[in-house]
Amino acid sequence: MTDGKLLVTILLCGLATWLLRVTPFVLVKAARLPKWLLSFLSFVPVAILAAIFAEELLVYHPGAWPTLNVENTLAALPAIVAAIVSKSLLVTVVVGVAAMAVVRLLGWG
Amino acid sequence: MDIDLSAKAGLKDVMPTAFGYIGVGLAFGIVAHTSGIGPFMVLLMSLIVYAGSAQFVLTSMLLAASPVSAIVASVFLVNARMALMSMTVAPYLKKESLTQNILIGSLLTDETFALSMNKLNVTHRPLRPAWFHAANLGAYLIWAAATVAGDLVGSLIPDAKAFGLDFAVVAMFIGLLYLQMVTDRSRRFSRHLEVAGTVMLLMVILMRFMPGNTAILVATVLGCLIGMALEHLRKEAPTHD
Repeated sequence: MTDGKLLVTILLCGLATWLLRVTPFVLVKAARLPKWLLSFLSFVPVAILAAIFAEELLVYHPGAWPTLNVENTLAALPAIVAAIVSKSLLVTVVVGVAAMAVVRLLGWG
Repeated sequence: MDIDLSAKAGLKDVMPTAFGYIGVGLAFGIVAHTSGIGPFMVLLMSLIVYAGSAQFVLTSMLLAASPVSAIVASVFLVNARMALMSMTVAPYLKKESLTQNILIGSLLTDETFALSMNKLNVTHRPLRPAWFHAANLGAYLIWAAATVAGDLVGSLIPDAKAFGLDFAVVAMFIGLLYLQMVTDRSRRFSRHLEVAGTVMLLMVILMRFMPGNTAILVATVLGCLIGMALEHLRKEAPTHD
């Protein structure tokens, strides 16, 4: 792989990503959003975070059903409890990392 | 998190996510190092592409000698969910200038998006650029520094997964999801749980047919539509009782 190809790839991927990030802001600024769209968007935060979380708990196998990522699932349980008890992002992250360290130490993954 | 919308509060609010950025950033830098990408190119990639999973995809496809067009198409698909997040935040910044909107949008990530949604629930008023820029820039610089550091020390660390630091990002999403469900009082907690549960079930089904990153996008759109349908049915229901 040459640095030239890498640079072109970075620039084009950067442009594609930037357009995805910025275009909605320009559109929303220019137009008034219909009520149904605002209603749809009100579900996005919980839906997208749940989807990202689920993806971390699963392992993709092309052409077959996904399997459970045991390591991540085991470490997620104490993190969920920490989130509920503390309502603090920092505490949740620290407990999650510690839980994962323990899971790996015990070879449960 | 409190009602303060200053730049200082933005930096403070983004700090817990730093663990996630550092964990994943180091891991990415190490992968880039083993793929033969030097620190300067890693820095450029982190500053220009600035997207965790997309950078992993980009690197592995480069290594597999995929054509540039295929790499760009894949990155576009992996990052397509960003358009959904931008669309969700944008109405809260509509009163700000177009330049401010573009600047905020340029550095929006999963994490700063989720933080801004949490912040909205706490403050009950429009977001302010000062807060958003500080949170975005904090995340941006930490990500860039972590990826470069990972590339530089890549040869020294044999196992990127040591100490469970890579799990920081998953734990962070758990925290962000839970906080979103309890602070967004426009719906009851049980309704949020319903949407989250539906989306997670959809993910299992969808990942039978498509990779996780595509499934995230499809499951989110379907989950929002199902949420809308349920809410609509419930509004109609009392009149039929």
